[in-house]
Amino acid sequence: MENFDEQSVRSEVRTWLKTNWDPNANLIAWRNKLADSGWGVPHWPVEWYGKGLPLSLGSVVDEEFAHANAVGVAKTGIRMLAAATLLEHGNDLHKDRFLRRILTGEDVWCQLFSEPGSGSDLAGATTRADFDGENWIINGQKLWTTSAHHAQFGLLLARTDWDEPKHKGLSYFVLAMDQPGVEVLPLKQMNGHASFNQVFFTDAKIPPEYLISTEGNGWQVAMTTLAHERRGADGLRGASKEGPREGSIYEEERAEIETVMEPYKWYPQRAGRVDLIVERAKATGTIDDPHIRQEIAKLLILAKSAEWTARRARAAQQQGRPQGPEGSLGKLASSNIARACAHVHTLITQTDVMLTGQESPLGGTIAEILVSVPATSIAGGTDEIQRNIISERVLGMPKEPRFDTGPFRDVPRNIVT
Amino acid sequence: MIFSFTDEQEQFRSVVQRFLKQNSPITEVRRLMETEEGYDPDVWRELSEDLGLPAIHIPEAYGGAGFGPVELGIVMEELGRSLLCAPYFSTTVMAANAILNAGSEAQKLDMLPAFARGEQLATLAVTESNGRWDAAGIECIASPADGGFQLNGTKNFVLDGCLADLLIVVARNPGTTDNDGLSFFALDGNTDGTNRRALEPMDATRKLARIEFNNAQATLIGELGAGFAPLRKTLDQAAVALANEMVGGAQALLDAAVEYAKMRMQFGRAIGSFQAIKHKCADMLIDVELAKSAAYHAAQAAAVDDSDTSALASLAKACASDAYVRTAAHCIQIHGGIGFTWDNDTHLWYKRAKSSEAFLGLPDYHRELLMQQWGS
Repeated sequence: MENFDEQSVRSEVRTWLKTNWDPNANLIAWRNKLADSGWGVPHWPVEWYGKGLPLSLGSVVDEEFAHANAVGVAKTGIRMLAAATLLEHGNDLHKDRFLRRILTGEDVWCQLFSEPGSGSDLAGATTRADFDGENWIINGQKLWTTSAHHAQFGLLLARTDWDEPKHKGLSYFVLAMDQPGVEVLPLKQMNGHASFNQVFFTDAKIPPEYLISTEGNGWQVAMTTLAHERRGADGLRGASKEGPREGSIYEEERAEIETVMEPYKWYPQRAGRVDLIVERAKATGTIDDPHIRQEIAKLLILAKSAEWTARRARAAQQQGRPQGPEGSLGKLASSNIARACAHVHTLITQTDVMLTGQESPLGGTIAEILVSVPATSIAGGTDEIQRNIISERVLGMPKEPRFDTGPFRDVPRNIVT
Repeated sequence: MIFSFTDEQEQFRSVVQRFLKQNSPITEVRRLMETEEGYDPDVWRELSEDLGLPAIHIPEAYGGAGFGPVELGIVMEELGRSLLCAPYFSTTVMAANAILNAGSEAQKLDMLPAFARGEQLATLAVTESNGRWDAAGIECIASPADGGFQLNGTKNFVLDGCLADLLIVVARNPGTTDNDGLSFFALDGNTDGTNRRALEPMDATRKLARIEFNNAQATLIGELGAGFAPLRKTLDQAAVALANEMVGGAQALLDAAVEYAKMRMQFGRAIGSFQAIKHKCADMLIDVELAKSAAYHAAQAAAVDDSDTSALASLAKACASDAYVRTAAHCIQIHGGIGFTWDNDTHLWYKRAKSSEAFLGLPDYHRELLMQQWGS
């Protein structure tokens, strides 16, 4: 597409949808059509299922899809992180073999990064990949892997060289999950849900052509995946379009989304549910308690000022101004909000906080908040790591001295049994 | 609602910043805070004539520049950052707004042009010895006399009360209580029966006075007994302005703390490389940025006279004053022993943070006001 102006894009996609969109099409067939046309991922390159449009015009296409109530390509879960990583670092074989089935939703992907021995220090991974002349042989353990139990492929970060410093000894692979050397077990959390998995590798095999980029360049590739993860969380959105949705394709999409979203159903509680506070305080009568009123007000002030800070960051971005400090604070602010919510829900709920389950306040929702909030300050980068990032990158403060810059073999690390 | 400043507003901010950098270095703040008047008339003249700062939010019809709370907020933020010693809050924010909100058309046309030119120093006297900032706390009585009114009572914590040539006073009709019977009055600071006494302020950059009225003759501003709504509006606008001033001060403290932590060596390394210090600074940044968002948001709301402005003003006041006080305490802590000395500048902002915390009502008072609007 030569002409990138909004009007022409809008009219072109509208015309295409008018001709092609059919709410009773088969979901996979429709998405194959989207991949062939380039309208499913218009910001992707023309050679690979896209139209080479700038990101800003992607929202125009989204609007037209929403307007027509047309189903898009599969976007949930880790798949879009996998696609972005492969587009940037993969070769033609990778793109050819994986991208289309990512878009159609036929393949589910998972991210095999975190380990029992390396959480915040992701580059300290000790899952090993050794080349036996024919295949890479994988041994070790990954943790916190969403969707591993129904994924076809995993993005694997593994150590291929123990004599290099830790960031340089890692390589990045695509691993087929359905093989004898891969065992997936659910991991039960303190809130009773099991949203993540443990993945054990015992001589699991990866063919040499599934190495992404080059040996030893795994950290660079992983940074691409993580950058897209931070930018997006897109997988968690886009599921709530409303409108007249009559047709078999919607049923198929709904079922797909339900499966993918199942592990995330406690996520609203993890954030603290500030939306429930005032109504709950009224319902319990605690709204009249002067101390509790103060605590509620503090929470509302925190939540609103954090929301407006995110809006400031977005407004600056839209104006094309360099990002100020306000854009780096969201993650840590959400932790503060979640903690404050748990505190205020406790004040409001009083002795009933001792209960859980259906008969406890709001059918167990309050109890679920209290036992889910601790995840917020850990998942996706702990508060402590966030504070390091903010102080170093935004405030320009010096780093702590490091003790892990020599050969990885000699770096003190956890013994994982 | 708008979440960013326009290019013109950013340029205006740079102009104000440059002016203050040149005319209000911390040495000048220290010199002026020791004087009785607490300001430099030459600097005041320049900021009036060259920058038009006292005119900024006064409508053009009354000789002003015709901007609004957002531009006023920009000025306040920069004044808070530099701690300029000048009767700006008393005159421009409180007294001029009081006249704008309460005065008759004729009074506005008559009084405000002098404000806009920077030729009128004035203040608004609301609080009394009970220290309350709500209308119901006002006990000062205004009785009809000689075609005007006579004031009796005592106003306390009056900003620049000794310096102001013109006093705007909120008083009530005899026999009224709560929000009823309130009116605004104006009188010259030297009127017979007016006894002004300077208080010793903890924050020496902000002069305070106690003013006793014994049958002091005053002129009614606006309508008799209709003062509650304009008073509420004036105090909300003042809270928005103060919130913006406070975030400027908090930013100055954060900058000073980070700069010092990068430079100060202990145990063979910059103390800013210790996570105990870095993490405190990250928390300070969150505090300051969230408070800025609240202050800017309240100013934008006030600019369009949003129906939620009063709640947002209280929100911003509570948010910014908590952030300012915390940032000030952390800044002293990061400086260590030197931070507790008179020669180190941190205490100047610390004291401004403390005086601002109480001025216009403590954070818990504003949180309660917020809950009365958002929690019912």
